Amino acid sequence: MLLQHWLEAHARQQPHHPMIVADGQRYSYEHIDDRATRLAATLQRHGVVRGDRVAIFLENCVEAVIGIFGALKAGAVFMPVNPQTKADKLTYLLNDSAAKALITHSALIDVATQAVAQAPELALVVRVESSDSRSDDLLAGKTQMPFAEASASEASLQPTPTIDQDLASIIYTSGSTGEPKGVMMTHHNMLSAATSVSTYLGLRADDIIINVLPIAFDYGLYQILMASWVGASVVLQRSLAFPVRVLETMVRERVTVLPGVPTVFSMMLNLSSLGSFDLSSLRLVTNTAAALSEVQIRQIREAFPQATLFSMYGLTECKRVSYLPPEQLDIRPMSVGRGMPNEEVWLEDEAGRRLPNGSTGELVVRGSNVMRGYWKKPVQTAERLRPGELPGEMWLHTGDIFRTDAEGYLYFVGRKDDIIKSRGEKVSPREVENVLYGMEGVLEAAVIGVHDDVLGHAVKAFLVLKTGYSYSEREVIRHCLGHLESFMAPKYVAFVDALPRTDTGKISKRGLS
Amino acid sequence: MQDNQARVVDPQTDVQQVKATVRQYIFENFLMGDAGVELADGQSFLDNHIIDSTGFIELVTFLETTYGIRMLDEEMIPENLDSLENIGRFIVTKTSG
Repeated sequence: MLLQHWLEAHARQQPHHPMIVADGQRYSYEHIDDRATRLAATLQRHGVVRGDRVAIFLENCVEAVIGIFGALKAGAVFMPVNPQTKADKLTYLLNDSAAKALITHSALIDVATQAVAQAPELALVVRVESSDSRSDDLLAGKTQMPFAEASASEASLQPTPTIDQDLASIIYTSGSTGEPKGVMMTHHNMLSAATSVSTYLGLRADDIIINVLPIAFDYGLYQILMASWVGASVVLQRSLAFPVRVLETMVRERVTVLPGVPTVFSMMLNLSSLGSFDLSSLRLVTNTAAALSEVQIRQIREAFPQATLFSMYGLTECKRVSYLPPEQLDIRPMSVGRGMPNEEVWLEDEAGRRLPNGSTGELVVRGSNVMRGYWKKPVQTAERLRPGELPGEMWLHTGDIFRTDAEGYLYFVGRKDDIIKSRGEKVSPREVENVLYGMEGVLEAAVIGVHDDVLGHAVKAFLVLKTGYSYSEREVIRHCLGHLESFMAPKYVAFVDALPRTDTGKISKRGLS
Repeated sequence: MQDNQARVVDPQTDVQQVKATVRQYIFENFLMGDAGVELADGQSFLDNHIIDSTGFIELVTFLETTYGIRMLDEEMIPENLDSLENIGRFIVTKTSG
């Protein structure tokens, strides 16, 4: 069984059922499957072979979905890249993964062009054109093709001998070293995770799922995969920038499932007009990435009284860790629940001993959903994946500190490292500090997370400037926006004379706030 | 604090003036200081990755403070906010209404 087989089965069983609704258009299962097959043939014709990486650098759009399944059908590994990624990081991602092809949009072509020019192994650029696309050829030495042409190939697709132990995707995530790490997931990993999550959520073929989360973010991606498993429809939204528009779409499409992260719910609940939208068709609300506050839980239940709320927790390295059965929400609202079906989770102490209920320790995950490691990063892989009891089995040591109550329900405590969660996305302080050190005149930089009602945590930078240099807070933020995804850019910048030090002279972040 | 900075635009304020003020705000706050970055009047901030969802919240705060207005939920739509042209037209209508 491979990840694309669900799509192919539904394209046969319910060919005209809408799989994707985007920009007011409906795309059937048959259409998506057909386009993906044609795109796969194009990828093969341009040299993409089994196991090659195909980067998908797109907003939430139907072409991103076709791109994912097209890459899989070609036997390749898809690699979703957040469309906010800037040129230097995209260059790193393309080179680290040695991507063979890139699927992008004309609106992103300036960033893509800079990166592609420095990515020698990339051979093919497929470009979704918009009405005001420029036609200038900036990608010397690479084959370029409009998406419409690439997904209309008449060539036949050559079967590949892919099996479920092969990689299906590489999803990059922030690491404490500052260098993004590519999480390797096999077909088997992703099928297992998508099946377990869809099962406990009770997703159905008549569900209409609104996806405001980026497809480059794993829970956004899984909306597509889970829909393809049950044969449901996904309404793609590019952004939550205009929440009223999202709500209008939810009303019009009679949306039944709203997946979110705390920031999504904050932005919706902040609207005084929320109650005027008829969202009576909504039956499931799901939250992941970070825990909701008790106030948010109450507000969500008041706003969507007929919907069932699932509080969940996960990380890219295993997709999902836990979910709180909805009937437990009144009993232990702050818990993110227990392990999902076909997965075992527990807490360990520093010595690697399993802890009884009522303890605090590092969360360990065992299951078919656990990644195969970080792409070409054996040292970081060995930190997270350690041998289990059965020969060849690896357990995921998450680096997340949790506590359990007497019944074994999980409560998030913090990270072992200093990774910050902002808008539900991981932010590596080191990655931000590296960009700050790139500013002329910056002597020292330290980045921490501070509480923020909407973002969960906001990024705050402390800077010591060399004599003779002066910046405004906004100049620093703007510099960061030029090099980092916007969720990584500091919201606050403090200029200080010196940073606190430990006895050994290292910068100590404990005294910063 | 912010109220002191608020200056209610006189009804005669034209679209060009609003566009110039907002253009400067966007350049100072969102775009890289790179010379050569162009921002056409009709260019979508969202499509061109100039402003993202939390950036729009900051933009709304800026517009409310600068022009002494209060934006309603239903006014926070691309037709009013997602280009210099749209903001210019919206602010002039709103402040003269």
